[in-house]
Amino acid sequence: MTLLSVETLSLSFRTRAGTVRALEDVSFDLAKGETLGIVGESGSGKSVLSFAVMGISDPAARITGGAVRFEGLDLLTAPPRDLDALRGAEMAMIFQNPRVALNPIRPVGKQIEDVLLRHAGLTRAEARVRAVEMLAKVRIPDPERRAKAYPFEMSGGMCQRVMIALALACAPKLLIADEPTTGLDVTTQAAIMDLVGDLARESRMAVILITHDLGLAAERCDRIAVMHAGHVVEVAPTAELFAAPRHPYTRRLIATTPRPGVTLAELEPIPGALPDLRGELPPCRYAARCERSDTACGAGPLPRLTVRPGHLVACARPL
Amino acid sequence: MPRTLRLILRRLLSALPSVAAVVVVTFVLTRALPGDPAAYFAGPAATPQAVEEVRKRLGLDRTLPEQFLAYLGELARGEMGTSLTTGQPVREDILARLPASLELTLAALLLAVAVAIPLGVAAATRPGSWIDHMARVVSTAGVSLPVFFTGLLLVYVFYYLLGWAPAPMGRLDLFASTPPTVTGFLLIDSLLAGEGATFRAAAAQLVLPALTLGLFSVAPLARMTRASMLGVLSSDFVRTARASGLSRSTVLVTYALRNALLPVVTTLGMVFSFLLGANVLVEKVFSWPGIGSYAIEALVASDYAPVQGFILTMAVMYVGLNLLVDVLYGIIDPRVRIEA
Amino acid sequence: MTATLRHIRYVLAENPVTGVAFGGFLLILLLALFGPLLAPYDPLASDTAAALQPPSWAHWFGTDHLGRDILSRVMVATRLDVQISLSAVALSFACGSVAGVCAGWFGGPVERILSRLVDTIMAFPLFVLAMGVVAALGNTVGNIVVATAIINFPFYVRMARAETNARREAGFIEAARLGGNGDARILGFHLFPNILPPMMVQVSLNMGYAILNAAGLSFIGLGVRPPTPEWGIMVAEGASYIVSGEWWVALFPGTVLMLAVFCFNLLGDGLRDIIDPRRRT
Repeated sequence: MTLLSVETLSLSFRTRAGTVRALEDVSFDLAKGETLGIVGESGSGKSVLSFAVMGISDPAARITGGAVRFEGLDLLTAPPRDLDALRGAEMAMIFQNPRVALNPIRPVGKQIEDVLLRHAGLTRAEARVRAVEMLAKVRIPDPERRAKAYPFEMSGGMCQRVMIALALACAPKLLIADEPTTGLDVTTQAAIMDLVGDLARESRMAVILITHDLGLAAERCDRIAVMHAGHVVEVAPTAELFAAPRHPYTRRLIATTPRPGVTLAELEPIPGALPDLRGELPPCRYAARCERSDTACGAGPLPRLTVRPGHLVACARPL
Repeated sequence: MPRTLRLILRRLLSALPSVAAVVVVTFVLTRALPGDPAAYFAGPAATPQAVEEVRKRLGLDRTLPEQFLAYLGELARGEMGTSLTTGQPVREDILARLPASLELTLAALLLAVAVAIPLGVAAATRPGSWIDHMARVVSTAGVSLPVFFTGLLLVYVFYYLLGWAPAPMGRLDLFASTPPTVTGFLLIDSLLAGEGATFRAAAAQLVLPALTLGLFSVAPLARMTRASMLGVLSSDFVRTARASGLSRSTVLVTYALRNALLPVVTTLGMVFSFLLGANVLVEKVFSWPGIGSYAIEALVASDYAPVQGFILTMAVMYVGLNLLVDVLYGIIDPRVRIEA
Repeated sequence: MTATLRHIRYVLAENPVTGVAFGGFLLILLLALFGPLLAPYDPLASDTAAALQPPSWAHWFGTDHLGRDILSRVMVATRLDVQISLSAVALSFACGSVAGVCAGWFGGPVERILSRLVDTIMAFPLFVLAMGVVAALGNTVGNIVVATAIINFPFYVRMARAETNARREAGFIEAARLGGNGDARILGFHLFPNILPPMMVQVSLNMGYAILNAAGLSFIGLGVRPPTPEWGIMVAEGASYIVSGEWWVALFPGTVLMLAVFCFNLLGDGLRDIIDPRRRT
């Protein structure tokens, strides 16, 4: 059953230096309870995509086409009041750099209470109790005392747990995790991802995991979408993506991931850099860096081929 | 000991050096006068014998360290000498006139905050709009306006041309009588005594001077509020608040504004410096019987004891106000409170 | 060189007000230098028969209570006001920047003493301190300059210290040190010229503040005495006539004062945009 459906979403930013076409014809589906990974280089549009889905894009952003359907409702055309009711209650998000993503002068317990009061219709007293319960649920020791603490009194890992408690307070159906483990040490990373995984399984919550760490995506995601320069270039179940990638970029991306048995020197970097997203762009934005590009790649719009059920590639000459 | 109390005590202790500096400087300023200090204090019309008497009475024939100790002793007793022009002890004069200055300054401050903060918030939430441009014009113009000139302009427009404001002749017009003194603040005292007409008369006299003084302070406060608000509105934690679907007012007030006000509170210190100084000028323009006009009259008449008392009072008030701002900041920002 | 000019042209295009402010600044300079020559009437010549006349073709700004031409007085006052503020700013800039650089460079007891000094000055409401200094030293124009210089001193010290601290470990300072230069030479020939641009912005912004201060002190009767024409004292003289409707006596000098301060502030903002746009508020 499809929970979220992004259909040919296009988004641009107006800047002093021109219009930046940050997203173009982005499409993917997310089923209930599924974990989807969105991977790509920095600047590929992963975060911009997640902000657009949540409806918290930068004021300079303009949606130039497409739709985002959550349980059938188009989030791009729905009235703001309906969206405010959804955000935090049905769809939630956690961010990287958790310590600066929390209000520095408000106790963390109160921040969770704010969300509960807004969406769950509880009284102040009930909300206070529930907030402490949430802190316990995210495995924060001594939650009663911690509820009165401020973000600066906590470690990065604990702040991320607080953010997860905040996001999950109203039992949303969708959680978007934007680089949740960047900046945390490896042990904490594992603990946080285990926590998210456990909680998601418990309540059959769908998760979109945004990361530049292909290894992390491989471990935790059911399906993976690969993004490059504002395009989704490939979507496939995890195992299939790694076993048989069909887009040249995906193959090279996998080749750059450090893994046992391969020395660092043997890793091949991807040549070139992300294209400038202002001005004229060819239909395939990877063509300039691709070793397989030829005249077919510039002629006509970028094709989206279904090479196997559930496996899409946006390429004129897939592998 | 509760954290807040400890914070207050710590701030009090750090204010002591300032008070010490103020005392020393006022001593130097009035004892280290060029020429013969005794002649200054005795006044231009004094005979040589009168000057000698003053010299002995003020202890100006003793050595400087002895004089300083005597000065400290006097201050501890609350004595600040005698005014030549009024013949009263300076302390009495200042205490009698202080409420007038305080009422004016507080009214101006309230006015400034009530205008500047909403203006700054509106400018930040609607960048590029006419409100934003107006806020920026007010901010730049406000720092350029000479306070005394603004006062005169307002008098000309609102008293002479429009007849809306009463004559700039002090705190109450000739026909109203002063209510029984409780606080010395005419607005409060008249309300306490139930004299509605007096309240309205006092308020009417207060409007223009408070407006003049307040306008001067709107600029730095509005500018800081706008800049701070702009920064906070694009911060990560406001984004989180929005992503949690919190209502617009909650995001704006509880999350954005409270954080944005922190640098504004710090700006208040600088604003107080302006306010206390500009107070003097406004009092002259509006014939306001406060300590500012007291000092001006004394200065022009070469009567030095009141000037010394005035500077000391103003400086101590300023140190006190800064202390208040520090403590307020500490109460609002837990990061300062907790890092003991 | 052309890059700088192009940048200046860009700033002026973005912000034409800066160009206007610069024009105003030149006008003020002109009046300060040639005011007495350009004035139509003798600023001190009184003619009580023609007292308190509203603006007319004969007297563009009208006449004051002694029949003196206000336009001439305003023009001639420019020189005095500019002199006072320029001297005060120059004095506080010279002392403040040297002190600040020393504090930032040598640190230790030098910095501590200067900090105490600056804190002592800042412990007073500044205008009140200026009044006190003038009261202590004597009611003369020279002491107005000293008082204004004293209350501006802290800003320069703090700025110079901050700028010096920021550059202490910079490459060009290291190079100068390695070149065998002694402290004095490094500070004087390498560091100081480098911190000059941001300090100049501060000077321009301070000029406006210094003029306001000087005018404020004269307004309450300190420093300048009648019949000397000076903007502040002219406003004071005209203040008593506002309530009876003779607005020109106070409003013309006041407006000119305001425009001059506005000019310097805008100029300072423009200079800041040219030199360091990051500091914009």
